[in-house]
Order: sequence, then C-alpha cells, then structure tokens
Amino acid sequence: MREELLEAIQLNSKLNTTDLAVMIGANEADIAKEISAMTKEKIICGYHTLINWDNTHFEKVTALIEVKVTPQRGQGFDKIAERIYRFKEVKNFYLMSGGFDFTVLVEGKSMREVALFVGQYLAPLEGVLSTATHFVLKKYKDFGIILGDEKKDERMVVTP
Amino acid sequence: MKYNLSTIASAIPPSGIRKFFDIVTEMENAISLGVGEPDFDTPWHIREEGIYSLEKGRTFYTSNAGMLELREAISKYMLRRFKLEYNPATEILVTVGGSEGIDLALRTMLNPGDEVLIPEPSFVSYNPCVSLAGGKPITIPLQAKNDFRLTAEEIEHYVTDKTKVIILSFPNNPTGAIMDRDDLEAIAKVILKHDLYVISDEIYAELTYGSEHVSIATLEGMKERTVIINGYSKAYAMTGWRMGYTAGPAEFTQTMMRIHQYAIMCSPTTSQYAAIEASRNGDEDVAMMKRAYNQRRHFVVDAFRSVGLDCFEPLGAFYVFPCIEKTGLTSMEFANKLLKEQEVAVVPGTAFGDSGEGYIRVSYAYSMETLKLALERIGKFMEQYQ
Repeated sequence: MREELLEAIQLNSKLNTTDLAVMIGANEADIAKEISAMTKEKIICGYHTLINWDNTHFEKVTALIEVKVTPQRGQGFDKIAERIYRFKEVKNFYLMSGGFDFTVLVEGKSMREVALFVGQYLAPLEGVLSTATHFVLKKYKDFGIILGDEKKDERMVVTP
Repeated sequence: MKYNLSTIASAIPPSGIRKFFDIVTEMENAISLGVGEPDFDTPWHIREEGIYSLEKGRTFYTSNAGMLELREAISKYMLRRFKLEYNPATEILVTVGGSEGIDLALRTMLNPGDEVLIPEPSFVSYNPCVSLAGGKPITIPLQAKNDFRLTAEEIEHYVTDKTKVIILSFPNNPTGAIMDRDDLEAIAKVILKHDLYVISDEIYAELTYGSEHVSIATLEGMKERTVIINGYSKAYAMTGWRMGYTAGPAEFTQTMMRIHQYAIMCSPTTSQYAAIEASRNGDEDVAMMKRAYNQRRHFVVDAFRSVGLDCFEPLGAFYVFPCIEKTGLTSMEFANKLLKEQEVAVVPGTAFGDSGEGYIRVSYAYSMETLKLALERIGKFMEQYQ
C-alpha cells in the first residue's frame, strides 16, 4: 500500500484520507496510520504547492549555481554542504557527480538580489573554490507538470 | 432522385450512442462520463516516434499485413503478456483499429445465413458487422446475477445447428466484466462440442484489476479456432492512431489479409512506427495508466453505492455499469433526466443492446476532479429517489 499511497499524494497532496482510502481500496484508519508513520520516518517531509510565478505580478528569479568546493578532512562534503544549504535563499541543493560538486538552486526577488547572495555569502565561504551562476529564463516544466499547459478535453462527448 | 441502396446496409439501425451524442452536444456545460476512450495523451516517446517517422519521410505504403518489424513486435508482446505464440509472417495482421479486425474476421468466417452468438450488452459494432457479412446475429442476454459473465448453459440455450461463430469481448465494454480461466474453461467445452469459431475481442486485455487477463486461445483446442482482436487504442491511449491487429491461425489470417489488402491496402504508416515503439517500450506507461484507472474505479464504484445505486464490481476496462431500476426509469429516461436536471451525461445501457435496459454505462476515463464533481451531482439527482 505504501508505494501506491506515496504515488497518489505525490501527484496531489490535497487528497484527504477518505479519498485515498477509496482510491487505494484500503481502510481510512489504516491510511491515516500509514501517513503518520511515514511522516515520523521522514519519508513524507512536507507538502508543497506548485506555483507558476510567471502568471503572477510578483517578481521571482531563479538561478542554478554550480559550486566547486574542497571537501574537508574527516567531514567530506557534509560540513561545507550544511554551511550552504542553511541559507534561506537556497531552495534546492544537491551533491553532484561530474565537473562540479554542488547544484544550488537559489530564489530571489531580482537578479541583483541573487548576485548579492552569491557575491556576499556563497563565493566567500571557506572551502568554496568557484561558482558559476545560471539564471533561469523560463520555466517550462516543474515537478513533472508542464507549466501553462492548458489541457482541454478534446474527446467527443459520447463515444462507444 | 430515388436512391436504390443496398438492402442490408439500409437496414442497419442508427447507433443508439449517436442519438444520445446529439443531445449531449447541445448542452455546453454538461459533464460527460460517456467517453469510451482513455483521457491520457499517448505517451510522449510513442508520439515522438511517429513524428520522427514523418521527419524521415516515411510516408509510403507498408506491406499489406503491416510492417514485419511491427508484426514481430506484436508477436513478442503476445508471447510475453499472454503466453501465446503467433508466427509474425502468417498469423498476425495489422488493422485499422480493432474495429476493422472484427469486420474482417466476420467476413472471413461467415456464409449467408450462418448464425453468430453475441453476448450482450456489448460493443456496438458486432451486430451490424455480422449483418453486413451476411450472417445472422443471435444475442445472448448476459445476467447481472452472473456478474455479466457468459456461462456454458447460456451458449447451449442459444446455439443451433446454424451457429458458426461466437464473439467474446472480455474485459467487456460496457459492463467491465471479465472472464477468468475457470469461466473460460467452462464455455470452451461447449464451443468445442459445437465446433464453433471464436472471435475474441481483447482490446481491454491490459486493463484488468486484481488478476491478469486470460485469453481463451490459451485453452486447449481453442487457438486453432480463435481470432484474437487487439490493438493499441485502450492500453496505450492511442485511439486516434487507429492501430489494431488480429492474431489467429494462418487459414483465417491469410483470407482476412486478402479482404484487407483490397479494402484498406495497409494501416497508416506513421501509426505503425509509433506502435512499434509502444510494443517495445510501453509497458511502464500501461502500468501507470492502469494504476490511475484502478484508483478511479474504486472511487466511482464506492460513490455509486453510497448514493444508493447497485453497482457490481467491474474487474476490467474503464467502465462501471450501475443498475438504475430502483428509480423506476428506463435507461434512456434516466440518462435524459440526469442530463437535464444535473447536466451529467452517461450512456444508457440500451445503447449496447436490449439487455442493457435498467443500467447505465459510466466511464471513469476522467480526472478525479471531474469524477468527484459528476458523482456529487449524481448524488443530488438520486436524492429524489431515496
């Protein structure tokens, strides 16, 4: 049941336990118990709303920053990683294989704000060797959902 | 001018679905649960393969039976999914949707006056296709008490010395009923006893819930007398591509091929390229869509039961077939009244044969949001009958 439950709420976290119980064909109390257990186990880490900020009048800028660092003796990447991901500006943060070490996704109100963050906080950190900042120009798809894709049901209304 | 048309063609009644369709299209804000095709788009990698074939200029006829590469992919798929071996060179024919396969099989098997057993409620084209092929359709009304499964006794009751063919369509449109191995074994004995041919329409074979589909052709003595109809429409959400196929003994297939080559030439080339990709790399997409249908199925069955309508649990396809007899309305009256009062369109059971009276077909090939809204309205509609 766990996999099916996770897949259902990953697509739509607004589904309540009643709906989930019916969809999965399980008991509502069991669903509630399972969700609570998975929350405790940190499998479910939070609930997120996907917003297409481009459709609002609020300014939002997203940048993807490639960061090269020097890992620290005895701590590997974890210590320096923590010093970066604790900044509130950092929305997503991954350790990478390949040509650089970390991918840092940063959100700000303007390019200047993001540039300031990189210049004032990220680049000067001890252990950070270099940064390369790429600004997102347009988001086409996020979390598996095509943004701005208005899907109309084009099927004929009644067919055999 | 007086038109002197074919007597057989003129005698075919207009589709019951069509009549209802005309009513629904006049209502702009109606929520329709009347669609017999998936709500998913064809998975992108399959669409992309079709686009690529066009870019490459692959716009010519293919061999009449369909590209050998596709027939080989179908053959492998049949073996992998249903444990059935068919020779791609002689026993598989690529058709324009499953519908063409039904027509070809009937035209290949029937002589004038031969009787064809059609368990109903069923897909709308069997009856007219039998008539067009010169045969005589004999309908077997399936029973709700048997969960709309076909029994050996029912065949025995309707079989005559003129019966030549029986059409099986499980998982079933419109009821959602399936036939498991035990059910099939029971009817296979009668089929053998009366030496009938079988046209087994397995277009919904991928969409069974709780158990894997069993093809009647896997039973002893059945493969040699059976033509399987299948295709890409329902499993891969490819209805508009018109990609179907038949699998059966070379004696049937080669005669069907001769009709196909003169009537159709070959199936659309772009669709054939897309179908190769679907057969080879589409299993995960099918599984994903099936999971979504299954979740909706639970929801819809539960919702109908909670508004007081009897609804047997459908184990296949993407339809539920609730009984509306308690309202005192006929299927058509129910569908019309529901549409008028709550603007929800369902298909009257009678569109699938007289034995569909007392039932409505509800498709759950819709998003959960649409289903929720529609079922809320049906709940309101049913309040007057509590």
